[in-house]
Amino acid sequence: MDWLERTWRPALLLVAFLALWQVVTATGLIAPYLVPSPGDTLDVLVGKWPYIWQHTWVTTYETVLGFVIAAVVGVLAAVAMVYSGTVEKTLYPILLFAQVIPKIAIAPLFVVWLGFGLGPKVLVAVLIAFFPVVISMVTGLKSVDTEMLELASTMGGGPLKTFVKIRFPASLPHLFSGLKVAVTLAVTGAVVGEFVGANEGLGFVILQANGNLDTPMLFAGLIVMSVVGVVLFVLLELAERFVLPWHVSRRGSAVTTTI
Amino acid sequence: MTVTLGTAAVEIDSVAVHFRSKKIDVTAIREVSLDVAPGEFVSIVGPSGCGKSTLLKLVSGLLKPSSGTVRLLGDPVTGPRHDIGYVFQRAALLEWRSARKNILLQAEMRGMSSVDAGKRADELIEMTGLTGFEDALPHELSGGMQQRVALCRALLHEPRVLLMDEPFGALDALTREQMNVELHRIWRETGTTVLLVTHSIAESVYLANRVVVMTARPGAVQEVIEVSLPEVRRYSETMARPEFSSTAAHIRSLLGAGGSDD
Ligand SMILES: Nc1ncnc2c1ncn2[C@@H]1O[C@H](COP(=O)(O)OP(=O)(O)O)[C@@H](O)[C@H]1O
Ligand SMILES: [Mg+2]
Repeated sequence: MDWLERTWRPALLLVAFLALWQVVTATGLIAPYLVPSPGDTLDVLVGKWPYIWQHTWVTTYETVLGFVIAAVVGVLAAVAMVYSGTVEKTLYPILLFAQVIPKIAIAPLFVVWLGFGLGPKVLVAVLIAFFPVVISMVTGLKSVDTEMLELASTMGGGPLKTFVKIRFPASLPHLFSGLKVAVTLAVTGAVVGEFVGANEGLGFVILQANGNLDTPMLFAGLIVMSVVGVVLFVLLELAERFVLPWHVSRRGSAVTTTI
Repeated sequence: MTVTLGTAAVEIDSVAVHFRSKKIDVTAIREVSLDVAPGEFVSIVGPSGCGKSTLLKLVSGLLKPSSGTVRLLGDPVTGPRHDIGYVFQRAALLEWRSARKNILLQAEMRGMSSVDAGKRADELIEMTGLTGFEDALPHELSGGMQQRVALCRALLHEPRVLLMDEPFGALDALTREQMNVELHRIWRETGTTVLLVTHSIAESVYLANRVVVMTARPGAVQEVIEVSLPEVRRYSETMARPEFSSTAAHIRSLLGAGGSDD
């Protein structure tokens, strides 16, 4: 019931969107080579499924690898920055710089450096997903109130116990917000990497379809790519629910990507 | 209560505290000297910003004095001390831990044996009337209950000195009275030395052996008042005593003269 209550509105919107799409294409309002009909797109999705599936795996693999690296490195960087003023002062400007560089502009350089394989895709995914992880983790670690930390120092547990029992758990709600943003960005990163030079992956599929004016395949690629992002996002929501039941029960609402 | 030289639980010897940085230069405490005997209950009252919290931080070692010395249980205070219990105005509980687990944080941080700590926690839970709420998360507890959890956590390791910084300031009047009665009983049962900062004159008199009245910032001791009430104090009975009213009135006049914002 709860699930139904949360689902029916977006589901209705989706159905309305599909209906509109059908009407627009069936009436010939927009030429099929610009926007294919839902039916044509579905035909490609089903008919060419093995082909699409194979490339979906590649992109998913790159995304997850990039995301995991970004998460691990991001958390470590955040911890170092919070515990050391020198590290923070040194790292922060570099981070900001790395964040504002348009990834699409440096991706070709990565191809020159790392070749056409997995490397540049994962690297772009890491770069694009890294920032929200660091920012959210720093915010989380700093969210512990001073009184709690003062109490901890009168309890004599030392910095490690204080981190493990107080600071780290306290930072998790923020971290999860950041991770959810990061995972959707990682998909974009992987695809951007593929655009620049690849012979597999959904980015490659889309580029190929574009070259052949094969819009049904292009649409199919777009849809699958979005589904990958949504599935990864939902997996993180489930993980959050499992790790932070106390937080999820308090928060109550569905949209939680505030850092 | 008389203080014998050298045996005091807390000895504050002409301390001063200045906060200095590029932007600020504040003298929080000008000059405070105070000895507190073992097992004594001392209340500290004074206008906002006169250095009451700062004083407790000095005793706990969270803050170093700019000059003067502080000794706790005979030893000079040089860094954060572990042989005290601390309660703040905000309960400062970990929201992912149940009431009982929040109390046991004290034991985990100290590496106390979990069997002993568990037993002690259960005693305290019973003593403070938290029975039945052991597994509740902080947001499921009322403000009074949260503060009880904070008090249990501060008492878990049986500290000989308990520091309380406006612990009941955020509670409604009735809950506050109940907490006063409980604190009085707990103090009598445990024999702990207590330093209580409060804005409530009634609370300060009801609970204490002595009340320290501070001047406005920069803080100094304006007067130390002996409370001549019986050792065991029933709430309404105590409030009705003439000694209570006269002591409270005296403190009020001191604070009024000192420009209290109460
Ligand atoms: N860390 C700090 N830095 C600068 N000034 C401070 C700091 N802590 C306290 N103060 C100042 O010292 C004075 C005394 O503070 P405090 O002990 O908190 O007062 P009280 O608890 O009596 O209200 C206040 O004027 C306050 O602004
Ligand atoms: Mg204060």
